[in-house]
Amino acid sequence: MATMPILPPMPVLDLVKSFKLKTKQQELLIRVSILCLVYILAFITRLFSVLRYESMIHEFDPYFNYRTTLYLTQNGFYDFWNWFDYESWYPLGRIVGGTLYPGLMVTAALIYRILHFLRFAVHIREVCVLTAPFFASNTTLVAYFFGKEIWDTGAGLVAAILIAVCPGYISRSVAGSYDNEGVAIFALLFTFYLFVKAVNTGSLAWSLASAFGYFYMVSAWGGYVFIINLIPLYVLVLLITGRYSMRLYVAYNCMYVLGMLLAMQIRFVGFQHVQSGEHMAAMGVFFLLQVFYFLDWVKHMLSDTKLFQAFLRITVTCAVAVGAIALGLGMLSGYISPWTGRFYSLLDPTYAKDHIPIIASVSEHQPTAWSSFMFDFHILLFLFPAGLYFCFKRLSDATIFIVMYGLTSMYFAGVMVRLILVATPAVCLISAIAVSATVKNLTVLLRSKNKGVQTGSTKGSSSSKAASKALLDQSQPFQKNGAIALLFGAFYLLSKYATHCTWVTSEAYSSPSIVLAARGAHGSRVIFDDYREAYFWLRQNTPPDAKVMSWWDYGYQITAMGNRTVIVDNNTWNNTHIATVGRAMSSYEDEAIEIMRSLDVDYVLVVFGGVTGYSSDDINKFLWMVRIGGGVFPVIKEPDYLVNGEYRVDKGAAPKMLNCLMYKLCYYRFGEMLTEYGKPPGYDRARGVEIGNKDIKLEHLEEAFTTSNWIVRIYKVKPPNNRW
Amino acid sequence: MEKFWVIFATSIFILLPFTCNSFSLETPTDRRVLVLLDDFAIKSSHSSYFNSLRSRGFDLDFKLADDPKVALQRYGQYLYDALILFCPSVERFGGSIDVAAIINFVDSGHDLIIAADVNASDLIREVATECGVDFDEDPSAMVIDHTGYAVSETEGDHTLIVSADFIKSDVILGSKKITAPVLFQGIGHSLNPVNSLVLKVLSASPSAYSANPKSKLSTPPLLTGSAIALVSVIQARNNARILISGSLSMFSNRFFRSGVQKSGSSTKHEKSGNEQFLTEISKWVFHERGHLKAVNVKHHKVGETDEPALYRINDELVYSVEIYEWSGESWEPYVADDVQVQFYMMSPYVLKTLSNDHKGLYSASFKVPDVYGVFQFKVEYQKLGYTSLSLAKQIPVRPYRHNEYERFMPTAYPYYGAAFSTMAGFFIFSFVHLYNK
Repeated sequence: MATMPILPPMPVLDLVKSFKLKTKQQELLIRVSILCLVYILAFITRLFSVLRYESMIHEFDPYFNYRTTLYLTQNGFYDFWNWFDYESWYPLGRIVGGTLYPGLMVTAALIYRILHFLRFAVHIREVCVLTAPFFASNTTLVAYFFGKEIWDTGAGLVAAILIAVCPGYISRSVAGSYDNEGVAIFALLFTFYLFVKAVNTGSLAWSLASAFGYFYMVSAWGGYVFIINLIPLYVLVLLITGRYSMRLYVAYNCMYVLGMLLAMQIRFVGFQHVQSGEHMAAMGVFFLLQVFYFLDWVKHMLSDTKLFQAFLRITVTCAVAVGAIALGLGMLSGYISPWTGRFYSLLDPTYAKDHIPIIASVSEHQPTAWSSFMFDFHILLFLFPAGLYFCFKRLSDATIFIVMYGLTSMYFAGVMVRLILVATPAVCLISAIAVSATVKNLTVLLRSKNKGVQTGSTKGSSSSKAASKALLDQSQPFQKNGAIALLFGAFYLLSKYATHCTWVTSEAYSSPSIVLAARGAHGSRVIFDDYREAYFWLRQNTPPDAKVMSWWDYGYQITAMGNRTVIVDNNTWNNTHIATVGRAMSSYEDEAIEIMRSLDVDYVLVVFGGVTGYSSDDINKFLWMVRIGGGVFPVIKEPDYLVNGEYRVDKGAAPKMLNCLMYKLCYYRFGEMLTEYGKPPGYDRARGVEIGNKDIKLEHLEEAFTTSNWIVRIYKVKPPNNRW
Repeated sequence: MEKFWVIFATSIFILLPFTCNSFSLETPTDRRVLVLLDDFAIKSSHSSYFNSLRSRGFDLDFKLADDPKVALQRYGQYLYDALILFCPSVERFGGSIDVAAIINFVDSGHDLIIAADVNASDLIREVATECGVDFDEDPSAMVIDHTGYAVSETEGDHTLIVSADFIKSDVILGSKKITAPVLFQGIGHSLNPVNSLVLKVLSASPSAYSANPKSKLSTPPLLTGSAIALVSVIQARNNARILISGSLSMFSNRFFRSGVQKSGSSTKHEKSGNEQFLTEISKWVFHERGHLKAVNVKHHKVGETDEPALYRINDELVYSVEIYEWSGESWEPYVADDVQVQFYMMSPYVLKTLSNDHKGLYSASFKVPDVYGVFQFKVEYQKLGYTSLSLAKQIPVRPYRHNEYERFMPTAYPYYGAAFSTMAGFFIFSFVHLYNK
């Protein structure tokens, strides 16, 4: 800049000059452009499924969310709020408005309204499909700000990049995965960020914002229980470690009181914040904070430390005693409900297996295997401990929070596969700290050496740290090379992470699971669109009030796509009803028909993978039906279906297995079918055996429809015999 | 040209009701009856029975059972409303008729009368078995009763028996009491215990048994006593009615006219009860009696007239249905005090007897229970002899909407007071705290 004055001022040069930015501005520009790119990247990396298949809703639960969103946009909010759905859980019905978290639907409907207001005539399905990627993009921004809050901007940027492509998060937020988690992770991270910000600043405004963030989270996902337990735990840890401050007091009290009041507005949550055992920790910590505040005040008033010690002892004992008595009374009188099974199963991973088969039966509720950690986190798994190290090295209120978030969520991720999702933001943030701190240290090393050569004298006055490093430099001559090597190593690892994430997204997480794809003999892709074929058949060929019985997994899809009444669906609120269906499926046909008549069943739908080799079919889920049915109706006994504790469908199978309804419906007419060259007829490709009962006759049911690849089979319940 | 078409169409519409005086939901009595015979001699030997049918307006079409041209349906349309099988020994029907065709005929709502006899063919037995009735397996077995036989000039082998053990149902047998016992000579049958629809109309006396009268009894007979059914009826679920008799001769003119005296009894009846019994029962089989219809099923809230798509819990509602009975010529109001409606969801939550206005309108008013779900209005009216009425109408019941609860509850006033006083107190406190220095 100092070189210019010699030349006459020229307009072009002026222009160039005015474009030339100061270092700070350059940094800002780079940062903003990185964030923009990350924002776009997070969105587009989730679009694999749309490009491969089509713009469609995935899996099971999203179909319910889609159906309710459609209802919301068509009938308005109040009708949605009061919706009594008589097409599911026949004949009990379901109060949809009071048994769901409306945040997702309201969000999608709002986006839809805004788009329509801006004259973009999109269909609500497109909005639903793209809601999750949109919120994933927003999460990257939150991650940036969060990282900035707990460490620095560099960590924030790295965190944004890491979370944008992390498979653990992508698994639940690809386009079409229109589920609560899609917006809830955003809400979760946002609430945490705002709370940490509130603790750091002690500002009522940030605290209020975090209360609203919490409200949004409560409205979106049942996982809000994690927040309402983690934050009190965090506060408790700060209290114990002597980090109590006025900032904390303001942040927690405001967040808790307002958040609780706001959360009560969600019908599904209602009075749980004051009545259920899961929320009591937050309330206890709230009262504890008041006691602390009171003690602080007393300490301030009393100058005698000895007197204060005695007072402290008495007060703490009294407070704890009063709290314990209140809790005990509440529990005994039934005012405070005990912990739910789901909560127990989180604390004790074996609980669900022994007591609640319906939770244990869901594959995403299984304990996590090491491989899936590796699959979902890749290098983050190694960076996570490193990040923890950095956090411990620079402990602050914010880093304590992220450490606690990381550790607790990692534990939960180990308990249940699906909770990897909750751990992902923490893992990304902590790993980002590791990456950012390491890279920063390395670059500082490189630079300081360069500067040490060039402007050693000016740098000398900076800090003792740099001076010691400079000293270290001289003792290790290969340090620069080492740093360069390490930097390259880090970039290699990160690029590996990027390729891994893309590969996982493309291969594993972008399948809609309602349309199946397989590789054909010549490497070409074969599409099995049997589910939609079956649901479409139901929609077109059955009376509008027909009742379809199937295992609960397919309930949401049948109501959403087939538009027919189902007996049970994925909202597993009534265990007895599901057990009744499980019992029908595992009984002999003549016993099952009684159950089906009592439920007015018109059609029975089973999913069968024996022809295509599709392994998550009803035969493989059958033992869970037996277990869940047997849990309520002891006539159904699991050993009856096993041979020496082994589950088989071939000739050696248990006689009850070979004649139960599910077996008959799946394998009806299968015995005469050649599925694979060189194998006998009736060779089940999903289980790799020849079936044991090839001569299946149905008495009370008749085959109504079987899809082209036999994946979905629909049977009609015959009316009672005319003359008998 | 157009005018011609209009006239043609209108004439069809006007003539249609006259040309199609066959069985329908509106006029359930049968009109066209196919009678399949072993030989045409039966036509004259059983003429009284046929004449009584003819006199009641039935159009009888006599065919030999093995006539190759005989057919029940043409182009998917049934040609007859009812079938009488007076051909106990036929081995194979002519034309397109087989067991399945007869069963399909019944299952599509048509009536059937079967008269078997000793040496009944497998074909007839098979049809009977399909209807829940098993004839004695021994082909030459007859019902023998050594104490309840009919006194005649010759001593005989006691196979001509008398029975007065009728089913107690005015609907099936008419309101006029059958005074004379019924003469029967033929094969006995038993009812399949699994079948819940078959009814024994005429059963043998406790001393009867079923065996071959010509051979000596070596093993105890399988069918004994009043378990032997002589005549039974079935009303299928689609209200098709079937009569099965083990004797063809009981329909004959000879049996109709002959006097009857039970052994060991001094009363001698001038005329057997066969004519009255069989005529009355044929009225029932051909839907001249005991045929009900339910129409105009309606429900609405008390004070309204429109039928809602769903109710709210604790709504008051009115359910009504009109029930008529077919008298042979017209629909008459059905009067009974035992028609009940259920408000049903897996089990009846409300069970209420419907009151009627003697003009066929049945109604009941009740309160929807405090349970939400998909309910059904169910009328399950199954009375002996009558067609079964089974009406089910689905109706969802929803819980209260958020704005249907009471807005301000008196019990909550302390809480309102607490909330507002706290707010006021906070305001005053803040004011004092801020400005009182």
